[in-house]
Amino acid sequence: MKPAPFRYADPGTLDEALAVLSAEGAGAKVLAGGQSLLPLLSMRLAAPATLVDINRVPGLDSVEVTGDGVTVGALVRHNALLRDGAAARVQPLLARATANVAHPAIRNRGTTVGSIAHADPSGEMTSVLALTDGSVTVATPDGAETVGWRDLFVGPLETSLHGPAVVTSAHFSALPPRSGTAFAEVARRKGDYAVCGAGVVVTLDEDRRVAAVRASYVSVGLTPEVHDLTDAVVGKPVDGADWSAAGALARTLVDPDSDLHASADYRRLLVGVLTERTLASAAAEAAGRAA
Amino acid sequence: MTTKLFGEPVRRREDARLIVGKGRYLDDIGHNALAAAFVRSPHAHARVVDIDVEGALDVEGLVAIYTYDDLTGPMAEPLPVLIPHPQLTAPRTGYSLAYEKVHHVGEPIVMVVATDRYIAEDAAERIVVTYEELPAVVGVDAAHEARHAVHDDVPDNVSARHHQETGDVEPALAASPHTLTFTQYIERSASMPMEGRGVHAHWDADDRSLRVYTATQASTSVRAAIAAKLELSLDKVEVIAPDVGGGFGVKIMHPWPEELLVPMAAMNLGADVKWSEDRREHFISSAHERQQKQEITVGFDDDGRLTALDVVVWHDNGAYTPYGIIIPIITATQLIGPYDIPVYRVRVDSVYTNTVIVTPYRGAGRPQACYAMERTMDRIADVLGLDRAVVRERNLIQSSQFPYDAHLTFQDGRPVVYDSGDYPGLMAKLKDLVGWSGAEELRDDATARGKLLGVGMAMYVEGTGPGPYEGGHVQVLGSGKVLVATGLTSQGQGHETSFAQIVASELGVPIEDVEVTTGDTRRFPYAVGTFASRAAVMSGNAIALAARGVREKALRIAADVLEASPDDLEIEDGVVQVKGVPGTSIPLRTVAVLSNPLRYAFDEAAKQATQFTSHDDSKPPVAPGDAPGLEHRDYYSPLRSTFASGAHAAVVEIDPATWEIDVVKYAVVHDCGNVVNPMIVEGQVHGGVAQGVGGALYERMAYDSDGQLQNASFMDFLMPYASEVPDVVIDHQQTPSPLNPLGIKGAGEAGVIPGTAAIASAIEDAVGRRITSMPISPTELYDLMRNPAAERTAASAGRAENGVLA
Ligand SMILES: Cc1cc2nc3c(=O)[nH]c(=O)nc-3n(C[C@H](O)[C@H](O)[C@H](O)COP(=O)(O)OP(=O)(O)OC[C@H]3O[C@@H](n4cnc5c(N)ncnc54)[C@H](O)[C@@H]3O)c2cc1C
Repeated sequence: MKPAPFRYADPGTLDEALAVLSAEGAGAKVLAGGQSLLPLLSMRLAAPATLVDINRVPGLDSVEVTGDGVTVGALVRHNALLRDGAAARVQPLLARATANVAHPAIRNRGTTVGSIAHADPSGEMTSVLALTDGSVTVATPDGAETVGWRDLFVGPLETSLHGPAVVTSAHFSALPPRSGTAFAEVARRKGDYAVCGAGVVVTLDEDRRVAAVRASYVSVGLTPEVHDLTDAVVGKPVDGADWSAAGALARTLVDPDSDLHASADYRRLLVGVLTERTLASAAAEAAGRAA
Repeated sequence: MTTKLFGEPVRRREDARLIVGKGRYLDDIGHNALAAAFVRSPHAHARVVDIDVEGALDVEGLVAIYTYDDLTGPMAEPLPVLIPHPQLTAPRTGYSLAYEKVHHVGEPIVMVVATDRYIAEDAAERIVVTYEELPAVVGVDAAHEARHAVHDDVPDNVSARHHQETGDVEPALAASPHTLTFTQYIERSASMPMEGRGVHAHWDADDRSLRVYTATQASTSVRAAIAAKLELSLDKVEVIAPDVGGGFGVKIMHPWPEELLVPMAAMNLGADVKWSEDRREHFISSAHERQQKQEITVGFDDDGRLTALDVVVWHDNGAYTPYGIIIPIITATQLIGPYDIPVYRVRVDSVYTNTVIVTPYRGAGRPQACYAMERTMDRIADVLGLDRAVVRERNLIQSSQFPYDAHLTFQDGRPVVYDSGDYPGLMAKLKDLVGWSGAEELRDDATARGKLLGVGMAMYVEGTGPGPYEGGHVQVLGSGKVLVATGLTSQGQGHETSFAQIVASELGVPIEDVEVTTGDTRRFPYAVGTFASRAAVMSGNAIALAARGVREKALRIAADVLEASPDDLEIEDGVVQVKGVPGTSIPLRTVAVLSNPLRYAFDEAAKQATQFTSHDDSKPPVAPGDAPGLEHRDYYSPLRSTFASGAHAAVVEIDPATWEIDVVKYAVVHDCGNVVNPMIVEGQVHGGVAQGVGGALYERMAYDSDGQLQNASFMDFLMPYASEVPDVVIDHQQTPSPLNPLGIKGAGEAGVIPGTAAIASAIEDAVGRRITSMPISPTELYDLMRNPAAERTAASAGRAENGVLA
């Protein structure tokens, strides 16, 4: 379990990083926290010719919070985001979801942007990026561009980014007014990748009736998706809504796979249960914020 | 400071060293050694058609490549059948490097030696092996069906048919008021020590001697195997087990191919060579255990008393049988547990499959045995509408029945005779500890919280401390330091502490002065190994005997000096003194100096023993029959095994929406005779319970039908974290063994044995569906719950049906 030979560069600026990536071509890979990439290297499932370590690049380690949302720099570790109170106030899903990412030791090194760039449908933060209608900012030799989550995720462990590119930040939109969120997952062991996870956003109208319900799931499907469950509960008063109807709807919308730890049917079951459970608490939060 | 430490919860002396990273494990040794890596079979069953090393030859740093063709003499022969047995009629073992065929994924084919491990792996990756794939046999059912053979010359895939019976079971079943027949399965798991296997070899070309460090549970036997295979005289081979990061059984298997190949390469290359197993190698090239299919027929009367038991087991032994039929024998003989069964017959077919070999993993056939017996008890209770505890109680061997002859032959070839125990006592304590009589209230309380609660129990008797022997050497130095050596190895059990406690107590010295060495053939060349909960029983007693020998000699010498009778002397805190006469004393270290008559005074203390100091010149300096030095070597060889026992109970809560299973309480009553160190015993129990929970709910070697292991990493092979292991409440019972001087029985494996049985019982109690296959995961429980054909327990009939989402 030793990686194949590779070259290593640790550029001190973004331009330098892009220059190395350009020069090295398709064989080069960005190294951030290394928590996904290094195991792949050690198992020789990946053998990039060059690793471009961005950890020395300045200016990528901040969390910026505005009324619009939260922008997370490429070197912000999961644990830093988890503990960022200002970010949590603007978009509570960030802390709720990162708390479910792996174990503390991995969260101390792994970056939130790295997990999005890694595009693992079993990752929490890909799903949260989708649910918050987020995007990433990408630096390329031709300048910076913004890529929305729908365009970013192409397949499992596959993004639309090609050629020399460094994701410099991810932007998660703020929680809309009169809304609440919740996140829950079932994992075989604490800290494991979820067998199934669910993040939801409930938005109420001015009469505290359900106006919109959106959900996104973890480890369900090949890329993150956002499902609109509004129809199942629209117009229902927040205390009287039958969340199980939304759960039942969700079960018809998803197309999970089977693996060693869960059958597709079991995942579908969990989609229903977790939807129902998270909606109840998200709705309570929405009601609190609407008050 | 007291020296009477036997039975005290002394804190483990080795922990500080191990916890702060000062342990010296295999991979910490020899940083400049060349590194070995292996090309291993990617196929479960194939003919090796060609090995093309050409592509590797220009890798810079490559030192050597070895294939079967490079093996000579005994190395070219198959690996030994370590434990032959007359019923092992078709033993098969592999070669150190594959010869013509491979029989499981992971089997070594080529060894590459290079300047470091990275380069060795680079070179290994470029070696092209051409295979002709053959059909794979995976799982006991496929093996039994025998549509394909794992070994051409064993067409039925059966390596051994093990058979024992205590009477005529068929008429006894026919005459039974009730009979019940059922089939159940248990899956493969593995030892999974934190540290894998590993070998470092140093060849001293001038001395023509070999020093091998290996992460083993049996250094003396590895030494003998290396000497035999490499055609060296035993005195030219030293084998040392350094700190070993867990074994749990997998390291009692030996000699591993790497334990022979790495020394061979060191000799061949005249350089130090090291190989340190990585995790993937451990999954596919070491050993697993536990898969069995069990067909059980039991006869019983209206009260639930057993009249006859007939068990047929198919035991998956993997691709080879180097460890013989030890696990089948243990399953066969330990199955009866604490119960008095009038007639018992057991037949175990040990079958070949194209998977990693099966050798003992903590418990070694006992968890399966316990699962068979205890699930039988649960079924009888369900059929008769009786409390599961009551059925067990009615079948327990009573205290008056000891020694209890089970009329079976154990893994050591000796009769299964339970030496002592109090099984009703265990049951009474367990019921108290877990609150058995309050289970219905617990269930109601959980129901109110939307959870399904169940309780389960399981009892076991564990044969521990099998022979043939262990030895101990105790020596007091002139500095006062007491050196203790025993040949068996340590891999986390706390021997440095418990053996020191025994010596401190026997000899009357402070534990700080005692230094324990294990598993080093330079210090103690005769030993068997660490397995089967035998270290405390075997080496503990041998060391105690050795310490008593030292004490006797010390008193004899001190008696001379103090002009007293040895009977009037005592040793306390490292000082020999006349009882009741303070001041009339001599330090033990001075006795040690005097024990060795000297010509040369190499230090201040030695002066006391030189020839011009006072002495009795009517006697020779060393009396006939005596020996210089204050030391003694002794051995303990038992007549037969001791039998420890225990009872566990689990309380589980199940979420009826997600079918997640949570063990909320786990109770253990444990009897291992006299306890050397209760803290260490509890630690052993805790670790065992964690592995029991793992085996019941998480761990499973997921082979596909092609013999590919689907979960050969810690990401997908789920061992429980601390967060998955319940708090364990423990109660001790101490029934000393009459068989050995210290009255102790083993405690190493006990914790793991009843886990699967107790947790299966608890889940069945919670959900009211028969559990016939373990381990069980939430997704499988969901499948069971929505299967209309799943058998419902009679006990659950009275309860409200729980809603199952389809
Ligand atoms: C035991 C374990 C358990 C885990 N459990 C979970 C879990 O439950 N949930 C979860 O979501 N994750 C889990 N992870 C993964 C963890 O979250 C990783 O930190 C994360 O997936 C990747 O972040 P990283 O910074 O480590 O990226 P790296 O490993 O450095 O890189 C991952 C990939 O993304 C690319 N990349 C990284 N940063 C950039 C960038 N700025 N621009 C362009 N490309 C980039 C790399 O080239 C590489 O292809 C687990 C990891 C381990 C080892």
